[in-house]
Amino acid sequence: MPTKTEKDAITGRETTGHEWDGIRELDTPLPRWWVYIFYATIAFAAVYCVLYPAIPLLRSHSEGMLGYTNRAALVQSTEQAAAQQAGFISRIRAASLEEIRKDPELLAFAETGGRAAFAENCVPCHRAGGAGAKGYPNLADDDWLWGGTLGAIHQTITHGVRNADPDSRQSQMPRFGADNLLNRQQISDVADYVLSLSHQPAPADAVERGSAIFAENCALCHGEKGTGNQEVGAKNLTNGIWIYGGDKATIVETITNARNGSMPSWGARLDPTTIKMLAVYVHSLGGGQ
Amino acid sequence: MTASSLSSERYNEDIVRAFVIASVFWGLAAFAVGVFIAFQLGFPALNLGLEWTTFGRLRPLHTSAAIFAFGGNALLGTSFHVVQRTCRTPLFGGRAAAWFVFWGFQLFIVMAALGYLEGVTKSREYAEPEWFNDLWLTLIWVMYLAIFLGTILKRQEPHIYVANWFYLSFIITIAVLHVVNNLTIPVSVFGSKSYSVFSGVQDALIQWWYGHNAVGFFLTAGFLGIMYYFIPKQADRPIYSYRLSVVHFWSLIFLYIWAGPHHLHYTALPDWAQTLGMVFSVMLWMPSWGGMINGLMTLSGAWYKLRTDPGLRFSVTAVAFYGMSTFEGPMMSIKSVNGLSHYTNWTIGHVHSGALGWVAFIVFGALYYLVPVLWKRQRLYSPRLAAYHYWIATLGIVLYIVSMWVAGIMQGLMWRAYDEMGFLQYSFAEVVVRMHPFYLMRALGGVLFLLGALIMAYNFWRTARGELRHEAEPVSRAAVTSPAE
Repeated sequence: MPTKTEKDAITGRETTGHEWDGIRELDTPLPRWWVYIFYATIAFAAVYCVLYPAIPLLRSHSEGMLGYTNRAALVQSTEQAAAQQAGFISRIRAASLEEIRKDPELLAFAETGGRAAFAENCVPCHRAGGAGAKGYPNLADDDWLWGGTLGAIHQTITHGVRNADPDSRQSQMPRFGADNLLNRQQISDVADYVLSLSHQPAPADAVERGSAIFAENCALCHGEKGTGNQEVGAKNLTNGIWIYGGDKATIVETITNARNGSMPSWGARLDPTTIKMLAVYVHSLGGGQ
Repeated sequence: MTASSLSSERYNEDIVRAFVIASVFWGLAAFAVGVFIAFQLGFPALNLGLEWTTFGRLRPLHTSAAIFAFGGNALLGTSFHVVQRTCRTPLFGGRAAAWFVFWGFQLFIVMAALGYLEGVTKSREYAEPEWFNDLWLTLIWVMYLAIFLGTILKRQEPHIYVANWFYLSFIITIAVLHVVNNLTIPVSVFGSKSYSVFSGVQDALIQWWYGHNAVGFFLTAGFLGIMYYFIPKQADRPIYSYRLSVVHFWSLIFLYIWAGPHHLHYTALPDWAQTLGMVFSVMLWMPSWGGMINGLMTLSGAWYKLRTDPGLRFSVTAVAFYGMSTFEGPMMSIKSVNGLSHYTNWTIGHVHSGALGWVAFIVFGALYYLVPVLWKRQRLYSPRLAAYHYWIATLGIVLYIVSMWVAGIMQGLMWRAYDEMGFLQYSFAEVVVRMHPFYLMRALGGVLFLLGALIMAYNFWRTARGELRHEAEPVSRAAVTSPAE
């Protein structure tokens, strides 16, 4: 077959005698190490196919000597993980929130489990460690919209706020501006009054006018002194903690259009034990009552 | 060599020049979009709040531009060059057929790209174009096959050169993969939407049979065709081993076609199929390395040329990256390794060590050789600029793959980390936060790679215009100065 072989001066190999556009080929044999490693990978493949499910047959497939399947391995590892936690989980299921709080072992487990569940489910809105963001309350302080006791936190997580769950936290702040309950001047005055509640500077005459408007329109929910009412999720306006912002423009916007933020009902998504652990965790963040 | 260059006027070189220009143009587009979406991952605000500029629509624009527009034009162009030269005959089918393939392929690219931005997509990875565009590409591809095969059949050489085996296997297999994976039923004759005839896990398996062999036959076999012609030409040395090229060619194409299921480890795909996908991938290691050995060992006696020929430097570095990726790939196909690497940035790093290190570098090497040949110039406008391109791009690749290795392995370990009480230690969002610095590092790597390609395009532009930058060649400088000292 070779037309005209010649010896390559540098390697001492014969060429095959073929030539294309000046390209020739050496007749070098296959590198031995290459052949041996290739054989080794084939041997590995053969052994692996004997040990594991591999060969498709007419109606099923070869099972493999180890009897391994992905599904069985998954079931085994999840069962193993569940068994490892089973003791604590059953105790938490049986215990009340107060009992969990008083048992250091259970408390440590619940806080750890709560942290994991919080990081996966709550962090997108409430941020890492419950630090909060605009529109999403900080859960690490002692200012609570709907109550900071274990029971209140548990209730809020289970049923959420202003959603379709009939047991969710419900209340509605009126849209004072959008629905023409107050005019622009009145809203500006009452916003100045709200500023004064948290000791921010505001013109005295506006504060005085705003005070009367507040008493008539806002005090029912937010309290005469603006200290809030957790029964209806009315924010305490005196402590300088804000969900949407405490500058005048933001307060005017809040009064004009209202906010009425909502939160999902987690009872429909998470199991009761996880919700208990979440309540314990959130309670432990710093502001639990 | 002299015999064939005497008759070079007979060859259709216009078409090769056109493909070279298209490859450079789409390459710059692909790299630029890649850099942009890399920054999007670091800074989500860059999605700009517009549906057309979201990551989800730009990502297929990037992958298709890189693989099919940049890589595809390089493959079509070099294959037309190589098959003419090594068969010592002009292209079969005449100029009109070749130009139909060229413009038809560009139309396919533009239709696909505009479709992605509009949200017209089959949502099949690397096969996103909708049914009408798939049909159009099928027509182009059949024409391409006819030209290539026809040229081989009317060759003036007794034997078919190895580069042509690889090109031909690439053309035929891509045709089969394209047709089967894109079997869809359009919802309406005048609508763009279609649905796959396959469903469920069978659909997934067909998709990854296609997807992995897009890697195997488009990005590997095709580019090995480039390697087998341009490295011996640049090094002016014979191919290291004819026998190795035969054995590694047949073992590569036989084994590659089965390896797809390793993309579906630990899914609903039956265990037996996962096993076969894995073991065929492991057996692919040496057949892949056969190409690396033949590429690198062809330089025996010509290694010194790396100092003076930046194009050869690209080609050889490409082969080294090819060797690394084709070791990494079989390793990642092993189920226990895959359990850590799958769905992480490690996979992205792996793909780019192949795409930037192997595919793009072997193309750059070929283009640096081809442009002076095609435009009949004595040499490149500036070998020194090519050397800058080489170092800038290499640094870019290193930044890219190292950052993605670290990010990917960290991601995989964080996802599976449990605390002593049996709870997951990190949430998904916590892992995302840790990716940020690596995303920036990767984006910087991409910027460098793009910068290098811009330098290359400038160099080609000046070369094509027939300009020569006055530069002392490193080796001749050494030869001249040492006796004087």
